[in-house]
Amino acid sequence: MSEMASEKELSAYVETTRKEIEALESLEELDEISAKLKSKRSPLGAARASLGAIEDEKKRKETGRLVGEAMASVMGVFDARRMVLEKSARRQALEDDRLDLTEVVLRSLKAPIQRGHAHLVSQTQDALEDVFVAMGFEVAEGPEVETDWYNFEALNIPPGHPARDMYDTMYLDLGEPETVLLRTHTSPTQIHLLESAVAQGTLPIHAVMPGRCYRLDTPDARHLPVFHQIEGLVVDHGITFGDLAGVIETFTSAYFGPDIHSRLRPAYFPFTEPSAEFEITCTICHGEGCRTCSQTGWIELGGCGMVDPAVFEAVGVDPDEWSGFAFGFGIDRCAQMRHGIADMRALIENDLRFTRQF
Amino acid sequence: MLAPLSWLKDFAPFPDDIALLRSTLDDLGLVVEGVEIVGEGLNDVIVAKVSTISAIEGADRIRHVVVDDGSGSVEIVCGAMNFVEGDLVPLAPVGAILPGNFTIASRKMKGVTSNGMLCSGKELGLGDDHDGLMILTDVPGAEPGSSLVKLLEIAPDVIFDVTVEGNRPDAWSISGLARDLAARLGLAFTPVTPVPPAASGPSTSELASGEVINEELCSRLGVGVLSNVVVGPSPQLIAQRLTKAGMRPINNVVDASNYVMLELGQPTHPYDLDKIEGKGLRVRTATTGESLVTLDGVTRELGVAGRSLGDTGQDLVICDANDTVVGIAGIMGGESSEISGETSSVLLEAARFDPITITRTSRRFALRSEAAARFQKGTDPGILERAIDRFAEILGHSSPGLVVAPSKIMIPATPVESVSLDVPLSRVNGLLGTQFQDADIAGLLEPLGFTVDVKDSDVLVVSVPTNRPDIRATHHGIADVIEEIARTYGYSRLPRRVLAWPQPGARNPRQSFRSQLRDVFIGNGSSEAWTSSLVGEGELEKLGLSESEITVSNPLTIDESRLRRSLIPGLVRSIGFNADRRQEDISLFEIGATFLHPDGEQAGRVARAGSLGSHDVHLPYEQECAVLLSAREDDDARSAVGIFHMVASALRLQDVRIRTAPSGTPELAGLHPTRSAVLRDQSTNEIVGALGEVDPSLVGELAPGAKEQRIAALVLFLDVLGDPHRCLRHDEIARTPSRFPSADLDFAFVVSDEIPSDAIEDALRLGAGDLLEDVHLFDVYRGTGVTEGARSLAYRVRLSSSTATLSDDDIGSARTSMISAAQSAGAILR
Repeated sequence: MSEMASEKELSAYVETTRKEIEALESLEELDEISAKLKSKRSPLGAARASLGAIEDEKKRKETGRLVGEAMASVMGVFDARRMVLEKSARRQALEDDRLDLTEVVLRSLKAPIQRGHAHLVSQTQDALEDVFVAMGFEVAEGPEVETDWYNFEALNIPPGHPARDMYDTMYLDLGEPETVLLRTHTSPTQIHLLESAVAQGTLPIHAVMPGRCYRLDTPDARHLPVFHQIEGLVVDHGITFGDLAGVIETFTSAYFGPDIHSRLRPAYFPFTEPSAEFEITCTICHGEGCRTCSQTGWIELGGCGMVDPAVFEAVGVDPDEWSGFAFGFGIDRCAQMRHGIADMRALIENDLRFTRQF
Repeated sequence: MLAPLSWLKDFAPFPDDIALLRSTLDDLGLVVEGVEIVGEGLNDVIVAKVSTISAIEGADRIRHVVVDDGSGSVEIVCGAMNFVEGDLVPLAPVGAILPGNFTIASRKMKGVTSNGMLCSGKELGLGDDHDGLMILTDVPGAEPGSSLVKLLEIAPDVIFDVTVEGNRPDAWSISGLARDLAARLGLAFTPVTPVPPAASGPSTSELASGEVINEELCSRLGVGVLSNVVVGPSPQLIAQRLTKAGMRPINNVVDASNYVMLELGQPTHPYDLDKIEGKGLRVRTATTGESLVTLDGVTRELGVAGRSLGDTGQDLVICDANDTVVGIAGIMGGESSEISGETSSVLLEAARFDPITITRTSRRFALRSEAAARFQKGTDPGILERAIDRFAEILGHSSPGLVVAPSKIMIPATPVESVSLDVPLSRVNGLLGTQFQDADIAGLLEPLGFTVDVKDSDVLVVSVPTNRPDIRATHHGIADVIEEIARTYGYSRLPRRVLAWPQPGARNPRQSFRSQLRDVFIGNGSSEAWTSSLVGEGELEKLGLSESEITVSNPLTIDESRLRRSLIPGLVRSIGFNADRRQEDISLFEIGATFLHPDGEQAGRVARAGSLGSHDVHLPYEQECAVLLSAREDDDARSAVGIFHMVASALRLQDVRIRTAPSGTPELAGLHPTRSAVLRDQSTNEIVGALGEVDPSLVGELAPGAKEQRIAALVLFLDVLGDPHRCLRHDEIARTPSRFPSADLDFAFVVSDEIPSDAIEDALRLGAGDLLEDVHLFDVYRGTGVTEGARSLAYRVRLSSSTATLSDDDIGSARTSMISAAQSAGAILR
């Protein structure tokens, strides 16, 4: 093997091997040669094994370095070839898998014998919409990405207003900082509706607006960072607070059942004045008092109130001519209450064992 | 806010009916979150003196304590460590029953018998301090054996935990709550009328000065000076009230300030006058580069712009007369001028600060003091003098000989003007649906400090007390006054009306369309999933897309830091979740928005943004998608084709065809490169969706548990599919099926791979003309007998006529014309 040890011979060997490897066309052949190259009987293996026999230390080290470099360069060629071959094998596998979807013979397909299930939140949303549609509401929708104008300022929450802090807003890296955000409530849809009704001269409005909302919240049994709300807006001539209370009551009994009622108590929302929190008869104890309702017989469902004149002003509606009310509450929370869901996270897991119950 | 009933009773003779008080507060919008009864069941507790403390062998958390209970020695095992021999502490002897029905019995621990319990303030319901025993050593009159109840003048009390809404700073104080409650209950309300020690000596302005530079941010400033101050503990009553209200007593000066804040809602700040350079205060905004070490020992860099919208870094600060910052206005004072045991002169600052400035500074420094919280909601500019007087009065109780300087400094010196609003009675009744008269309104508002005068037959002039910053001074204030009328009257008493209007209710076309789609999917055995719109980093890369990501500026976690671009990854994960739980027949669909960066080709909306909505911003395109993924046993891309045909038939799609598209087509993102195709409306040339299988490498990465399974995928873009102008539908005109027998014809053609099978189908349809009832592909063959690069396609055509039974000639000529049409489309009859 002594003749292998010269630098020239080593590089000649590397060159031959490189050619040999690059000529290989399959991964199997490559694996075979890899085993051979790494074996002690391969020329490089033998050269390495015979290093000990070189007595001159300097020469031994030098030869060792040369053999090591040759080995590394052979392995480099080898790995490069493996990548090329693997890529083409993958491409070939995909090619072999090719299916022309324009010539599927429909009658050869198996038909399912099972029916699927709508998501519990969309079933709840549907049922809520049904009640409101029957009461004369249109169902409207709005975008999920909003600007601070629609989500806050037009709703009487100017920049720096302490109420902005309460919303745990998720902002997006678009536009000026804190101007583009994921809506924290469905209320900006009210502004869109009012704007377009003003532009097209189509007031009055009687609409509900369901949709997905976002808050910076760690998920737990009662909160999800991505959740669903439904919002209502009525703007018409001569609308009173009594109409708001009446609509809430009609809805409550229609959706939750005839023995479930509603009551309003003062609250604060910048976009309504007067504002109210609305509570309904506890659906667990039916008003008797239990742990869920802290013995009060009532549970909080949502917020409502008469549209604040500042909101009307922001969208160009004359508050001397029109008045109106708005209300909003959580769809997921309705589902939770109605079906006794202990942990809200069940709603986003999409576990079929959960879904198939409903 | 914690409101002890005993304190509320200072202002009105409230009844002891807790349920009534609670429900009244609730109905006023002052929601009671909890009620706690304190100071009961302490009659057995006595004062004991600690004689010896010794360690117990083998225990390092409890000690053997011998106390003198006034009649002899008692051995106790105690876990607290905050006392020394000679201290006086409360002892609950064996047999005593503590709050919560907890009976003290003799117990043996580590071989030592404990004949009673030494108590903490928390255990006695007298405080929140859980660090150790309540120490009574410094309480005057405390001696072994004396009754704790007598010593501390403890009386049973009820504490209401009330949530006060952001617009009701006037109610965020004991007297404010009492005012609201008294008005509703029809009880006389006695406001705080301080009786400070008589003023004497040099006037305030000879002892100190005050100056407001930024009047727009500090609309009023009051400065009082008190000398001959003796700093020490507060009297029992003050300390107990603070404790019940959730604040820890510190010393009589700080306690007096806190007491006034809790009672009147006005924060004040006491400075050690001798530590204020130049003995004067200046209120101004900080300049960038200034800093202050606040009471909590933290150095605060001032005047640095913050992240939130419009936050220019404007901090309002209090400086000494030499213009050195000594406090952050309304939030926290500085270390340098803190009250200490040596303080003998106090400068008291009471001010009205701009809520938004305080909010921003407090948020930027994450400093949320009780004072800041009150300033943020807006304090009463008319109460400053009373607050200073009340402070002097309270401090005077524990600092005999206190000297109050005459003539407080008030800037501006003029009294606060109250706002008057013209409120039309018709507006009130119009908005509330009521029939109130002038006198009713006056009866409701005047107990709260409003005055109501009649201007003319309709308009009332309502003068708003200075403690109601929530009532806007503009015409919008009318709504705020109406809310007060409704609130004090009682929301539940307002008449309800069942509203009806002539316009019918309806879902919009998109919503109906969506539920049609949902029905098709559910009918096909697929269940609906809702996945998060927030996804992690690198999702676009997994989909092979090189677009810009839409990132959340302040994500909670990196896994929820991007907006989703496709529904596929979320659904694949959900399939994996179910596969891991050994679910069978997994088929899921989702209908929801995906988000495309505004820099991309699809234009999103442009909307106004920023302060006052002053500029336009380009927003993402929200692309509503419906995606169905099916991972049942025999599913593959063909299943997706089948489901698409069901959709097409349910929605009466007229001309949507499956078309192969080059890999890299963005609509195919996430799909198998050689087993996918786009859905294109051939008339409008719009891409309505895509179908095939999920890219196996994506399944391997996101749902390893399902990687052996082919997952059929159908993707639909609802903005196109749902728009009848972009995706054509068959009309709704009924066609009567033929009453005559039909005839079937089979054809087999050799067709080049380049030509899609449905092109031949179309040709056959065209050739058959009016006679066509149905045409479909029933066999595909490649191999022997068929040229390379082509396949044999077999179709069955059913013909019928609406007017007669078809003759052989009719069939023959139809056949000829179908073949010729197919041949022009590139088919060769076999």
